[in-house]
Amino acid sequence: MQVIHTDVLVIGGGLAGLRAGLAARKRGQQVIVLSLVPPKRSHSAAAQGGMQASLGNTLKGAGDNEDVHFGDTVRGSDWGNDQTVARMFVHTAPKAVRELAAWGVPWNRVEAGERDVIIDSQRVTLSEPAAAQGLITARDFGGTKKWRTCYVSDGTGHAMLYAVSDRTIAENIPVHERMEAVSLIHDGERCYGAIVRNLIDGKLLAYVARATCIATGGFGRIYRSTTNAVINEGIGAAIALETGIVPLGNMEAVQFHPTAIFPAGILVTEGCRGDGGLLRDVDGHRFMPDYEPEKKELASRDVVSRRMEAHIRAGKGARNRFGEHLWLDITLLGEAHINGKLREVKEICQHFLGIDPAKQWIPVRPAQHYSMGGIRTDAHGQAYGLRGLFACGEAACWDLHGFNRLGGNSVAETVVAGMIVGEAIADFCASPEGEMHVSTALVRECYDREVAAFSKLAGARGGEDAGILLRTMQETMTEYVGIVRTGEGLTTAVETLKSLLLRSHHIGLRHSAPGANPELVTAWRTQKMLKLALCVAYGALQRSESRGAHYREDYPRRDDASWLKRTLAYWCDPEQRIPTLEYEALDVRRMELPPGWRGYGARDAIDHPDTARRQAEVDALRAQTGDRHALQQSLLPFRHLLPEHLRGDNARLAPADTAQPNEAKQ
Amino acid sequence: MISILRRRPKPGTPRRITLRILRHNPADPASTPHQQDFLVDEAEGMTLFIALNEIRATQDPSLQFDFVCRAGICGSCAMLINGRPSLACRTLTQDLGDVITLAPLPFFELIGDLSVNTGKWMRGTSERLRTWVHNDAPVDLDALEAPMAPADAEAIYELDRCIECGCCVAGCGTAQMRERFVGAVGLNKIARFRIDPRDTRSDEDFYELVGDDDGVFGCMSLLGCHDVCPKQLPLQTQIAFLRRKLAMVGLRGS
Repeated sequence: MQVIHTDVLVIGGGLAGLRAGLAARKRGQQVIVLSLVPPKRSHSAAAQGGMQASLGNTLKGAGDNEDVHFGDTVRGSDWGNDQTVARMFVHTAPKAVRELAAWGVPWNRVEAGERDVIIDSQRVTLSEPAAAQGLITARDFGGTKKWRTCYVSDGTGHAMLYAVSDRTIAENIPVHERMEAVSLIHDGERCYGAIVRNLIDGKLLAYVARATCIATGGFGRIYRSTTNAVINEGIGAAIALETGIVPLGNMEAVQFHPTAIFPAGILVTEGCRGDGGLLRDVDGHRFMPDYEPEKKELASRDVVSRRMEAHIRAGKGARNRFGEHLWLDITLLGEAHINGKLREVKEICQHFLGIDPAKQWIPVRPAQHYSMGGIRTDAHGQAYGLRGLFACGEAACWDLHGFNRLGGNSVAETVVAGMIVGEAIADFCASPEGEMHVSTALVRECYDREVAAFSKLAGARGGEDAGILLRTMQETMTEYVGIVRTGEGLTTAVETLKSLLLRSHHIGLRHSAPGANPELVTAWRTQKMLKLALCVAYGALQRSESRGAHYREDYPRRDDASWLKRTLAYWCDPEQRIPTLEYEALDVRRMELPPGWRGYGARDAIDHPDTARRQAEVDALRAQTGDRHALQQSLLPFRHLLPEHLRGDNARLAPADTAQPNEAKQ
Repeated sequence: MISILRRRPKPGTPRRITLRILRHNPADPASTPHQQDFLVDEAEGMTLFIALNEIRATQDPSLQFDFVCRAGICGSCAMLINGRPSLACRTLTQDLGDVITLAPLPFFELIGDLSVNTGKWMRGTSERLRTWVHNDAPVDLDALEAPMAPADAEAIYELDRCIECGCCVAGCGTAQMRERFVGAVGLNKIARFRIDPRDTRSDEDFYELVGDDDGVFGCMSLLGCHDVCPKQLPLQTQIAFLRRKLAMVGLRGS
């Protein structure tokens, strides 16, 4: 048995994992990052449109600050998120953007003076303030009151990932590529690292670490129709679930992105609509204003996706040989804008659709895009249930996003959570708790269990084909656990998935190729993914309300009275067929922003009994206190939860420098 | 791809295409490199990503290849397609003939079949060329960011778009002869940090990194890199410009 020792083991080489590793390294910890693929190939690179941070440098961002970003994020979440975490996040996001600027990310910058933009299908001239010349600019995104999304053309995630990955090379952090964590080493109380499989030679080895951080991204591949990369199979979350003591939070909260190209499911950025693109139906009619007069195409993603599906169901979908879809029209933005700011979109349209988006409309339909749920952690990223285990990024349910994430908030979360959780990991390692007393017998036992499991599966000659089970699961999830859910459909899904899980115990392999053996990899992962799919489907079946991206046709109202709580899914016994669900209440009496209408979408929520009282308290405090920081502190203190060097106020241009009242329609 | 060259099958009758794949599994002592043919019924809009996954699902589960984003942005799936380094995920079969040959990228360590270890080489090159912003000034995270000319940011991104797929190295004449040649990917990175105002390094510093035959003076200007770059990076002008600038450093120093 090969054993590798380190202080900190980070599982996942995307933005969240690398940034957390950097934070721990800076505090003197020895860090090893494991990655399924070379880290620069991680799915973080696919974030196109940008990262939200309330810099407020531009005319349309004037007046933006943490408070506005906080409100947008909470409304976006449909009051399902943790407001303390949201506060920590919006406060740190400007620092993260500025740090990345220093690390080399070529953020697009403000050009002072007049420029033409498209707003609500009108050409408008904006005059950017002279004081902002050369500062980081921002574009509009859905569900936001200000233009807040900082960007690098439409390759934002790529530029961020390369800068952060290069920084890990500069800091000499080893990344062990093509390595997959297959189980956690733990004794039921504390985590000691992971058993890992080398995806080149197929050998198993043990990584023993004082702290372990899972940052493996989302699980979109449990769906057939998804924008996610093929590596987004949720295995990091699954191995945490399989400990039996670490819960996954809000797994039923799954985001569908409105504009995936049809039928391939490849993402085209929300920046298309942020920059003025329109959604059109079979008649060429711009239909979103009919449903959402306030925000139109720029309502939150859950709302736009739902409206699109409803419009298709109303018979207004366009049709091609693969089925029904709608159109994304960015022709009005002009070739120059598309060539400069939407070039990935242009390339994707050329290569996969054979069209020029400056001249032709793009066929789109919503597809699975983001996992709000994941490994449930506290505000420091410490996982519930196992000391020494942390999680951050999409793999975690830190709970910034609740039941719907705003565009531009996830790539922001990766680096912000990395900064915060990485410090917490370093704190843990520096504390007495961080000392480790692990027995070699325990490591050996965990290792032997995996060796036995893999040899059994490699030699299995049962009648089930893992590929077929996988595809049936993906079809089931897209069909019954998608944008519109019903009790009946979800029951069908749960029953189907239960039977697939049973069948997965009888998988047979056709080949026994030496090395990693891709067939064995698929078979092994399928068993794990089925458990995740069951957490999603069963959680959705139990949640008899509609909140954010979780929409139940049979329970169309948000029900704060019964469902202002977070689902925790456990898999206590390896033999159980469905997860054990527990719930964790969200406390209205501590909310800075009590539940209300989001400003878009449905208006008929069922109130929590404490909402009115809390609202009155908040209103009274707001009437008393003038200073926004003091008011915020009295409503929901959060700064003490941040590492000390991240607690300071964020500087912005003086309001007089940005707010120029000379926006004129031509 | 020039659209007039696209061969379109007659409606209703799927074309049967042959994927002729160079196979070898170094983990298997009995394996020797050989070509193997797989027949696939072409579907509309079929990419090599779809075709290869179909082969693995229905014909040979041991076939090795790498895909991640399947959208042409991550650089995982570079391989020789009919002899030319390209990204498989965004290559449509309809743009190719009835027989499509696939082989792993040359130059890089073979993992198995079409999978090569570009990641290991890229990390090594990054370490060697120190591809990060060198600036020791402390960053005040609470303060306004330092301004940058918008055109500078755009010029950096133009070069920052490299996805480290390895196509340029696979298409490089010099790399065939010089194992330590940094390739267009390496030179482009030097060019990228050279124009970054945040990087404090001088041309003398860059000369130390690539001012030799394993660097910018090793390039023979065959420029296969420029022809095959899937991101159409301006490699030709960047290499020429870098060579001129660093030649001046060399002349000054001699």
